[in-house]
Formats: sequence, structure tokens, C-alpha cells
Amino acid sequence: MQRIPILQMGRTLLVTIQVDLQDQTALALQDDLANRIQRAAATGVLIDISALEIVDSFIGRMLATISGIAKVLGATTVVVGMQPAVAITLVELGLSLDGVRTALNVERGIYLLRHLDEEQSHDLDES
Amino acid sequence: MNQHSAAVEDLLSTHKEQVLAQWQEELRAVAGTGGLHTETRETEQLLDALLDGIRSSGGITDLEAAGWARLREQLTQLSASRAAQGSTAADTSRFVLALKKPLFSGLQRRLSTQPELMVGATWDVSTLLDAMAQLTVSAYQRSREDIIARQQEELLELSTPVVKLWGGVLAVPMIGTLDSGRTQLIMETLLQRIVETGSSLAIIDITGVPTVDTLVAQHLLKTVTAIRLMGADCIISGIRPQIAQTIVHLGIDLEGITTKATLADALAVALKRAGFAVTRTKAATAAADLSSLAG
Repeated sequence: MQRIPILQMGRTLLVTIQVDLQDQTALALQDDLANRIQRAAATGVLIDISALEIVDSFIGRMLATISGIAKVLGATTVVVGMQPAVAITLVELGLSLDGVRTALNVERGIYLLRHLDEEQSHDLDES
Repeated sequence: MNQHSAAVEDLLSTHKEQVLAQWQEELRAVAGTGGLHTETRETEQLLDALLDGIRSSGGITDLEAAGWARLREQLTQLSASRAAQGSTAADTSRFVLALKKPLFSGLQRRLSTQPELMVGATWDVSTLLDAMAQLTVSAYQRSREDIIARQQEELLELSTPVVKLWGGVLAVPMIGTLDSGRTQLIMETLLQRIVETGSSLAIIDITGVPTVDTLVAQHLLKTVTAIRLMGADCIISGIRPQIAQTIVHLGIDLEGITTKATLADALAVALKRAGFAVTRTKAATAAADLSSLAG
């Protein structure tokens, strides 16, 4: 079965989805990512879906689930590069992905993660 | 091939030139000076197609039969070009109906000794020409409807410009009532432009939207959600006092969406977020500017 590679950059994990996701692949990704977050003690997960052109409700829910899992494990998820057609589909499906952070491209996603990271460490320093 | 169609076929194949000439004459007579301008080529082609249809289908009453395809196509083309040139539906069908007289008189001359056959053939020709005229009218109408549909589409596109207000700030001034079709189009254009320009903020200005009901609000919310999913932010501006009241009365939840009264306010927010500050450089002329603004 096809597996989506997970790249590690410091304490950020980068997932680039280049193929149309099958349900099985998505579930495997969810599994792998949970393990990697724990092993790498990651604080941020960046999911690049700019190559994704077709989504269904399953994939939409998977994005929300991954974000939820990451949050429980102490990492922030940013979904970047969503195509207009994908965004419209998700909205029409009634999936607004409320808990998920988004950015226009990878660069801004990384900026956002770094920004959030600084904020958090700032909070820690204060407490 | 029955007797009637055989008689018509015979007439058309032996006296084609004569029928053609009479038709032309007839057309000129109805048209008066201009109106029904037709080329000889057009009438001749049509007559050929008619003959072709009789020969290949064997009857002359059913225009829908397969053998008449060529004639139907020619008539449709003719009507489409007439519609594009702006002539009326009546003129277009009159063009076909003008063929009646030459055919009738031709049949009369040839079949004067067989009155029964003559009446039968005349009736068949009349039915066929009526069907042809009807076809031209409906084809004419169809091409007119196509033109209207295309114009509507253009109007739709014209009414939704996406403008760049500042680096990284896009604005859509919405004008007119928002229905699902228009919202969809606006959403698509806006999202596409966000991707193209990499803008992180979009301002939707609804000053030109006459009323906001729950449906319109739902459309707006969908657009805002889609923009957020793409990773950009959205401000809704141009909310008039009455509309603000309606929104509150209807209990529409705009929680989590930045709303501003005017486009200027929204731009100010956008600039602030991007780290810009607007300052006046000529303090001395401030008073004069203010008075000119007030006047």
C-alpha cells in the first residue's frame, strides 16, 4: 500500500500530499503521524495539500481528526495550500474544519507555526 | 415513394430553375425594398436539400424523418444567421412560406388533368412547408435564447470584479441581490484570485446588496469559511444600519467574522494588520482639506 512520507524539520513535521488520497492511505497517514509526533516530540505539523484536487467528506474529516490528534499530543496543525475547488467542496459538505489552522502556502505556514511557538514559549516563561 | 411525392419530385427535378426564379420573385414581392435580402445561393441550396429529402425519405409529410436531416440542418443554420443579423421571426418564416406559391402553381400546371392528385400533392406540400416554417421559427427562437443566456452570463461576470486594494489585500464590491449562483461565482473568482496573488486578506463589501436575509447570510458565511480554509482572512464591510438591524433581528450568527461599517474602516484594519500606519505629511493643509471634504 502507498504511504505518504513524513519529513522532519527540527520540531516540525512536514507532510506533502502529492497523490489523490485513498481512504486506506489516509488512515495509514493518521497512524504514522501520531507515532512520529510522539517520537519527534514535534510541536508543529504542516500538511501541504496544494496538489490535492479532489476531496470527499472522509478526507475532510481526516484533516480535522489529524489536527485533533496532534493537539492532544501537544502539536499545532497547519493545513496549507488548499485549492479553491477543494475549499468550496468542503464548505458545501458542511465541513468548516473549525479547529484547524490554515495558511496560503508552506512558507506562511512555517511562519505561522514559528509565531505560535514563540507565543507559547513566551506564555511558559511568564508562568 | 407515393404518387404525391413523386409528382413533387418530378416538378422539382424538371422545372427547378422556374420554381427558383418564381421563389426569388415572390421573395422580392413580399420584401418590398430591403427586409428579406436573400442570396440566390441560399434559395438554391434549400431547394436542393428539399429535393434530396424527398428522394431519400420517399415521403413529404414527415419532416422529422432521417432523410430530411440535410434540409433541417440548412434551415437551422439559416435561422441562426437571421437571428444574429437581427431580422424578425416572422421574416424568417415568411422566407420559407414564400416557396408555397411557386410550388402550388407548378403543380397546378402539370396536374391540371388529374385534379385529385393535384389536391393531394398540394396538401402535402403545404404541410411540409408549414413544418419547415415552424422549424425555422423554433430554431430562430433557440438561437435568440442562446444569445440571451450568453448575455446573462456576461452580466454575471461583469458584476463581480475582484480588485486589489493594497499588497496582499483584495476587495470584492458586491452589487445586487445575492443568490446561490452568483455567490458561487463570486466565491470561485475570489478564491482563484487569492491563490494567484497570494493575498492574505479579502474584504467583501456589501454596500450594494439591497437586502440581507438568512439565505444571503448563509451564502456570505460559506464564502468566509472557504476563504479561511484556504488560509486567508476575510472582513465583511459596508453593512448599512438597517442591515445591521436585520441581521440582529433575524438572529444571524456572524461570530468569528470581522465586520466593519465601511470599506475604509476595513482597509484601515487591513493596513494595521499588515503593519502599515497612515500619516499625514502636510499638516498645514489639513484644515483646507477638511473644509473641502465637508463641502
